[in-house]
Amino acid sequence: MSDLGLITALLRADAGLGGVILRARMGPAQAAALELLDRVLGPGPKLHPTMGPDALDGGLDVTASLAAGELRRTTGLLARPGPLRLPMAERATPWLATRLAAHLDEDATILIAVDEGIEDEAVPAPIAARCAFHVTLADRAAAHDTPVAGTCPAGVGVPDDIVAQIVTLAATLGIHDPRGPLLTLRAARGIAALDRRGTVTLTDATRAAELVLAPRATQIPEPPAPDAAPEPPQPQADPDPGTQIPEDILLDAVRAALPPDLLAKLAQKADRSAKGTGAGAKRQGNRRGRPLPARASGTGRVDLIATLRAAAPWQTIRRRADPVRTGPIVRKSDLRHRRYEEKSDRLLIFTVDASGSAALARLAEAKGAVELLLAEAYARRDHVALIAFRGDGAELLLPPTRSLVQTKRRLAALPGGGGTPLAHGLRKAQAVAVTARRKGMTPTMILLTDGRSNIALDGSRDRKQAAADVTRIARALRGLDALVIDTGKRPEPALQSLARDLNAPYLPLPRADAARLSQVVGAALT
Amino acid sequence: MKQPFPFSAIVGQDDMKTAMILTAIDPSIGGVLVFGDRGTGKSTAVRALAALLPPIHAVRGCPVNSAKPDDCPDWAEGVGTATHDIPTPVVDLPLGASEDRVTGALDIEKALTRGEKAFQPGLLAAANRGYLYIDEVNLLEDHIVDLLLDVAQSGENVVEREGLSIRHAARFVLVGSGNPEEGELRPQLLDRFGLSVDVASPTDIEARIDVIKRRDAYETDHSAFMLRWQAEDAALRDRIVTARTALTKLKTDDTVLRDIAELCLKLGSDGLRGELVLLRAARAFAAFRDDTALTRKHIRAVAPLALRHRLRRDPLDDAGSGARVTRTVEDILGA
Repeated sequence: MSDLGLITALLRADAGLGGVILRARMGPAQAAALELLDRVLGPGPKLHPTMGPDALDGGLDVTASLAAGELRRTTGLLARPGPLRLPMAERATPWLATRLAAHLDEDATILIAVDEGIEDEAVPAPIAARCAFHVTLADRAAAHDTPVAGTCPAGVGVPDDIVAQIVTLAATLGIHDPRGPLLTLRAARGIAALDRRGTVTLTDATRAAELVLAPRATQIPEPPAPDAAPEPPQPQADPDPGTQIPEDILLDAVRAALPPDLLAKLAQKADRSAKGTGAGAKRQGNRRGRPLPARASGTGRVDLIATLRAAAPWQTIRRRADPVRTGPIVRKSDLRHRRYEEKSDRLLIFTVDASGSAALARLAEAKGAVELLLAEAYARRDHVALIAFRGDGAELLLPPTRSLVQTKRRLAALPGGGGTPLAHGLRKAQAVAVTARRKGMTPTMILLTDGRSNIALDGSRDRKQAAADVTRIARALRGLDALVIDTGKRPEPALQSLARDLNAPYLPLPRADAARLSQVVGAALT
Repeated sequence: MKQPFPFSAIVGQDDMKTAMILTAIDPSIGGVLVFGDRGTGKSTAVRALAALLPPIHAVRGCPVNSAKPDDCPDWAEGVGTATHDIPTPVVDLPLGASEDRVTGALDIEKALTRGEKAFQPGLLAAANRGYLYIDEVNLLEDHIVDLLLDVAQSGENVVEREGLSIRHAARFVLVGSGNPEEGELRPQLLDRFGLSVDVASPTDIEARIDVIKRRDAYETDHSAFMLRWQAEDAALRDRIVTARTALTKLKTDDTVLRDIAELCLKLGSDGLRGELVLLRAARAFAAFRDDTALTRKHIRAVAPLALRHRLRRDPLDDAGSGARVTRTVEDILGA
């Protein structure tokens, strides 16, 4: 039986498996798969990734309430029977993801999520964790066989050593969420029940592991050593090797089923988790949101005053049509909803090398660029901060601000000269970035330097240690938007590798003047 | 709906379980923050805790679960004078909940259909005298966080909007959980949590197998499993009730207070809240262990829970603040 055929049969027999995530772009393959699922699992409500609480759990039925003069509620989609369908699951809002996750935990409901994401877009983790099966469909349509009818797998027994095998395998594959092995166990039970057997066998477990565990793997298990044949004598007594499950059968099966692009995906995942801001940072702004004029359509809170104002002119006519009613007569078309606008401000952190001979010129140009950027700040919503590093430390010369006056006063005199404590500068930038992010701003670091680091974090003049410190901090900074500008006459390889560690663009810009600098920064960051 | 997974059946995660039991013994400790990966039993433990707590007396029909009819707010409608036992409320605050839903607001439906100015209580009212649980607390929107900070501090919810002027008691134990990889928590909100726990998946295969077996039994053999563990939960509930009364008789020496002050000073935790929480948690721990006097042993056990999240964070310190607390505790109190 094909994977999808088997999955469909398992889901029909046991809704506790949560559901299936189909990763496929729009096309015949996706359509055929959905058609099969529809046919076997039956119709059900269709969700939209941006649906809110009213649609899912029911809310005020405005038209009915206003017509009847008393409170009427709608029933939510989650209360309807049948498997849930969620197209464009990669766009699901965090709220929807947590609500659906809770729903899947409470009720035995099946979720069919279609993930049309490209590259690192993926289904929100709370949903992905609860759906047993993740299937990536090939672009061409495959013929799916109709699954056989299954029986309820509840009574199927599982030998203890198979449980142990599944758990060990999950650990080997780097799956730490216990839902992985649990769902595997459930699927293995289901497979045995499809075959009308009372006990799970190793073959069932293998097949279940291929379907459930392989797509969740976060690390590739070490291939077995080629010279493993002459096993050292087992220290513990092993009376009957016949009942022992060979460790590698499950592992080999799953290794074959691992997605071929797992390594690439793992790299993506590492990058994403390193960003560490998640969905929260995107939505928060340092202003509560600017109120906009109320509008007739929308899902927000009803603006009572605007609604009454809209209803007022009609009262005489409506009263005539409905003389029994008391109080103002409000129709749905009168409702006005509040709207807010929210934007996250950007913070540009200039981290400038104030050491050595070219320091004065560089600082002056950085200062000029800061002032130029600030002059446009009203249009671009940018805040600016300036950090200078020289001698044996870094200094925050200009705390995050958008005040041009303050900037001019603070930057009037800048000292220069001494060693290059690049690590100190980066650490200071990190501190400023963390604070800014907490305030809901989006920080971006612009590093201007021409040299390599020669002062270590502990203050010693140890080039090797200094370079190691820089690499360490740069890795910790990964995920912060950054731009490395090399102001030296020749491109410096150490800076190029720093830019790589930061995952930031590298820009050699000898003799940078203020106007060019602000222009380059503007172009590189929009 | 299925009964929640029993608290006693959770494998390992002793820190988390201890922290939750301590807040159940003394709610003034001020809540628990649980940070950790997905699938480490964070939500399971909170749901299980609800089943573990002894019921409370409340006035029938009171929207804020008041204990006495005199405490009921004057805006509440249809409140009787009879009291009844209700389970300790555990209220979920979902991500994306609107400000109105949290604090309560003008009842728009009543305003438009009946022309009445009525107050519709929100989640904070429902959570009074119970628990407020926020899953993914680090993804909570800023303005909701600001609201919570204020209410958690004052124990009172004040609504001044749309011509309403309402206040009602809102004392609750804040329980938050989240995954630190997805976002940081503001220090001010961190500070409102009495205790904090880091949870991780068990690294030991045997423990993992236990987790899977118990969860599997819970799902496939529900009634037998519940029967077995509900007895243990009942025993634990009795211990919590006993500890609540024992708490009042517990002796506290000045030398112990000195130890606590010295510890907090050395760690440089901000404010006096750390000391207070550490003292309360240590007392609750002693009462739970049936000890009659507070000793260094108790402080040593709960210091990481109470202080870990109150230190200034060093972004380059990979070991985490828990290790720093343990080190300092060993320095001052002796290993």
